[in-house]
Amino acid sequence: MIWLAVLLGSVGCFALKLVGWSVPPQWLERERLQRAAVLLPLPLLAALVMVQAFGGDRTLVLDARAAGLAVALALVLARAPFLVVVVAAAATAALLRAVT
Amino acid sequence: MGIGLAVGAYGLSFGAAAVTAGLTTAQASALSLLLFTGASQFALVGVLGAGGTIVAAVAGALLLGSRNTLYAVRLGSLLEVRGPRRLLAAQLTIDETTGMATAAPAGLATTAFWATGVSVYVLWNLATLLGALGAARLGDPAVLGLDAAVPAAFLALLAPQVRARRPLAVAVAGALIALVAIPLVPPGVPVLLAALAVVPLLVRP
Repeated sequence: MIWLAVLLGSVGCFALKLVGWSVPPQWLERERLQRAAVLLPLPLLAALVMVQAFGGDRTLVLDARAAGLAVALALVLARAPFLVVVVAAAATAALLRAVT
Repeated sequence: MGIGLAVGAYGLSFGAAAVTAGLTTAQASALSLLLFTGASQFALVGVLGAGGTIVAAVAGALLLGSRNTLYAVRLGSLLEVRGPRRLLAAQLTIDETTGMATAAPAGLATTAFWATGVSVYVLWNLATLLGALGAARLGDPAVLGLDAAVPAAFLALLAPQVRARRPLAVAVAGALIALVAIPLVPPGVPVLLAALAVVPLLVRP
């Protein structure tokens, strides 16, 4: 079943790219639509952060992932590189689980 | 060079995240080869890993992939690409290639696009494979905190894009929608509902 998601997602995302190559450039001039589409990834990414950090089986959960996210947030605010943020978050959660 | 390092790190994280979410190494690699747009790939495995349906996972990936349509419109007016090469150009239409092509000096946009596209494609797929193989060997993802690495990766991806007021407001609204929705709706749906955060931008000037 995961393969079905892989294939449908791949076909759909390729179609989205190809459509853009096939429409006239005037399409870009719809300013509000463009602004909304450019910002669309932001709430989705923010939602994914919440789901991955606090999501349980239809409940909100506060566990070691939240501590990892707090460390990640501090590092992101300090403009640390991507890999540093990710590794530090994982290490925080792993350490917390090891000592509790 | 900067882009290469970032793509490598991001690809490693994706490979590891995909395996942590329950995908096989082959499925993780297929996503990087075929779907080839990072945030959509992360969303797809994130929703599947959270127990979401295939429909929710694919819908999340498509919503995140819709910005590539805008990139393609932009590139179509900027680059001279004809015939079957358009199919190849379409597959390589992502954040990095659009950024490099639009930032390149006049006359070099096409070269910048193809050079960035081919190198990011190769690097992204190698990094995915390494990340997936690594995570598959490491065993229980929770012990190593790999499940905490995934939200951190999304956050690190989001942060540079929300330094202005409006993008930050939209992102915070999306996060709040997701938090409220998690206990109320099936897995995967909170992410889709968060897209509603951009609706005010469509109705207000």
